Amino acid sequence: MFRIKIPRYWRHKDFRYRLNAWRCNHCGEVHFFKPLVCRKCRSREFNQVSLPDTGKLLAYTVVRSPPEGFEAQSPYIVGIVELDDGTRILSQITDCHPEELKKGMRVEATLRKIREDDEDKIIAYCYKFRPTV
Amino acid sequence: MVRMSSVVIVGYGGYVPRYRIKGEEIARIWGRDRSELPTEEKSVTGLDEDTVTLAVEAARIALKRARIPPSKIGAVHVGTESKPYAVKPSGTIVAEAIGAVPRITAADFEFACKAGTEALQFITSLVDAGRIEYGLAIGADTAQGRPGDALEFTAASGAAAFIIGKNKNEGVAEIEAWTSYVTDTPDFWRREYERYPHHTARFTGDPAYFHHIVNSVKNLLENDGYTLNDVDYVVFHQPNTRFPLVAARLLGVDLEKVKPGLVVGQIGNTYAACSLLGLVRVLDQAKPGQRILLSSFGSGAGSDSYIIRVLENIKLKRDLAPPLDKFIDRKTYIDYAIYARHRKKILM
Amino acid sequence: MSRVYIAGVGLTKVDEHWWISLENLMTEASIKALDDAGLSRIDSIYVGSMLSLILQEQGHLGALLAEELGLSGIPAMAVEAATASGSAAVYAGAREIESGRADAVLVVGVDKMSDGMAEEVAAAMTSSERQEYTGFIGATFYSINALIYNLYMDKYGVSQEKIALFPVLCHEHSVNVPHAQYPFKIKLETVLNSPYVSEPLRRFETTAIADGAAALVLVNEETARKLDSPKTELLIEASTDYLTPFQREDPLWFPAVQLATSRALSRAKLERRDIKILEVFDATSIMAILSLESSGFAERGKAWQLLEKGELSLSGSIPCNTFGGLKARGHPAGATSVYQIAELHLQLTNRAGKNQVDSARAGLAQSLGAVASTAFVTILKEV
Repeated sequence: MFRIKIPRYWRHKDFRYRLNAWRCNHCGEVHFFKPLVCRKCRSREFNQVSLPDTGKLLAYTVVRSPPEGFEAQSPYIVGIVELDDGTRILSQITDCHPEELKKGMRVEATLRKIREDDEDKIIAYCYKFRPTV
Repeated sequence: MVRMSSVVIVGYGGYVPRYRIKGEEIARIWGRDRSELPTEEKSVTGLDEDTVTLAVEAARIALKRARIPPSKIGAVHVGTESKPYAVKPSGTIVAEAIGAVPRITAADFEFACKAGTEALQFITSLVDAGRIEYGLAIGADTAQGRPGDALEFTAASGAAAFIIGKNKNEGVAEIEAWTSYVTDTPDFWRREYERYPHHTARFTGDPAYFHHIVNSVKNLLENDGYTLNDVDYVVFHQPNTRFPLVAARLLGVDLEKVKPGLVVGQIGNTYAACSLLGLVRVLDQAKPGQRILLSSFGSGAGSDSYIIRVLENIKLKRDLAPPLDKFIDRKTYIDYAIYARHRKKILM
Repeated sequence: MSRVYIAGVGLTKVDEHWWISLENLMTEASIKALDDAGLSRIDSIYVGSMLSLILQEQGHLGALLAEELGLSGIPAMAVEAATASGSAAVYAGAREIESGRADAVLVVGVDKMSDGMAEEVAAAMTSSERQEYTGFIGATFYSINALIYNLYMDKYGVSQEKIALFPVLCHEHSVNVPHAQYPFKIKLETVLNSPYVSEPLRRFETTAIADGAAALVLVNEETARKLDSPKTELLIEASTDYLTPFQREDPLWFPAVQLATSRALSRAKLERRDIKILEVFDATSIMAILSLESSGFAERGKAWQLLEKGELSLSGSIPCNTFGGLKARGHPAGATSVYQIAELHLQLTNRAGKNQVDSARAGLAQSLGAVASTAFVTILKEV
């Protein structure tokens, strides 16, 4: 029922692969997906920015009741990361067990498989964060 | 044979996934004798890793050391025998992930375990010919071993990436020469639609691995006027802990020159990444002016050999990213059940 | 502008209704509400549903319900605002009455989740988040709640034992409720020992898969006067916020709840102290706590004190979720907020049975879409 829609996945690869986002020229608000109007100040001018790939973990949890498409990975960790420029980003946290995580610990971005519907279907990649190596 | 004007490695990176399984644990499952394990342990990918993600990890580390804008990279070549897609290049995904698109050429290379050094040959040649300013060559694999087969003890996962350029001032090492030695020798193969490769057991030794490596190295030394005394480190392809040592003996190489580049005991045979990870490990410790002899082996069969001389810049660039040992030492042991889950050996 | 009155309500039991279709569920609630009001004709229908388009692949619920009721010909349509879809339908119906364009409107909330497998339902619930962001990385509604829960406990130093009192309260209230999904009491230990859904959030702090439909008949003043059924006056206000709480300045504060509450109170010319009965949206225990605080019925970081002191119990100063709330009455997604309003109506018309709260003359219901990205606040006044 819930499948990767290829054009939708492909359209946003700049953000998902490289954390490329938009920053409002007027108020500085960061938008992950191409905005036409700033949600905060309603300005219509944006600059593309490359978000920092490091930050600290503000909070984390473990998804134990996964949505369709994520069953094979469950349980997996989801966290809120505050990037070094202050942007908060929701992300899977990888390469660790929950008990190794601590609030405030340094994390860095990496690229991982986020989902694949079947062995014969497309593989979707996305940023995830992991404890800094 | 092939002399180059000036082609240098401007950045390099090695990556090994976090999980390890011990040879003993695999032996336990299949009731094998534990006294003659081909490696101590091998690296295993996480659930969310594949050849593309490993390649991206290594490429990003290489970029940190290269300190060049990714848009200046003109070619991305990935050597692997475990492409996530049978049809759809891994190189495009890697190039997109590091921001090298779209003014590039991208391709995947397959030549069993020497696909990585093969990718390096083509990148090196493109740079040497002046067709591109910088190029990225990657060897990456999430190697498959049939459950219970001898290969299961060694088939591992890892990636090594090299950014090649022309400007000597940017280089950490200069590629002085390379050669290749190839014959039709069916020691190991995987047919289309098959999950696991087949191999020919002891036939993979003398007529395959040793014959090609020895001849490749000899040709390089003879044609380009080097002797073993000119090199400080020797890195061979490492399908197990024994073969590279035997190769050293056959060629008369001092074992002390081989040891720094040996990684197979700790991470297993990472196939297309294998000898290149050995090179990464040597670059992590070599001094300016020292020479490295690299000799890969790919079943089917062939061997690429390189002479690489370390440059002054290594001292500045080495510490811009974590050394390979950081990834080798970052390890979590898993048992065979978790291994089976990670490597998708459980029918879901 | 005409005042809006509820003249009839209809509820189906919240349950896994294996034998009952989506159509039958919403029709049953509608018939009950029309019968309760003593009306057979209405001017229009608004249906609120969050999941039917996803889980049943059934859209066009307005015309469908009109046909099922033999009322084809009248205007009918569905509105959607995630788990607040039912309230959105109430909002649309109420505005139509207020505008003077309709005398009587049928409003129905419906969702039938049990047709989906647990993973499908979890994915469908994520449709209320920004799918390209939250849904894409496999972050569920519950995992976002869990992150907020962690931040809350960190910031205020409140332990889970305090927050987990909320589901206990809900189950205490559901015992005598015939339409409740789980009409039984639970102990705090049961909550704290239930398995994690997403640490620290435990299963008994969340809601289960549920089917249900609830309906209201809204009428104008003139029609209300003609009908014999018990009535209350309804005022509804709404507000919105960013879809992802972490993009907001403070993820622990729901400005949409605060805004909608103030707007509703000011329109009703009431103070918070006039509200003697409350419905909060306890999709999780922590959502209930944050809703209580953001609406000003509790101080920040101190909502647990109301629970501990028994203020939210049936005999307390401001009884809350008197039919069991989302946790125990059940949470059939888009239908839920219509249940909340119908239950307030039953209370204010003295038809709450053993759970009857005396002395209440006005009640307030908060209905939320996702983590307060949408907030509807409805006030009912005794007539």
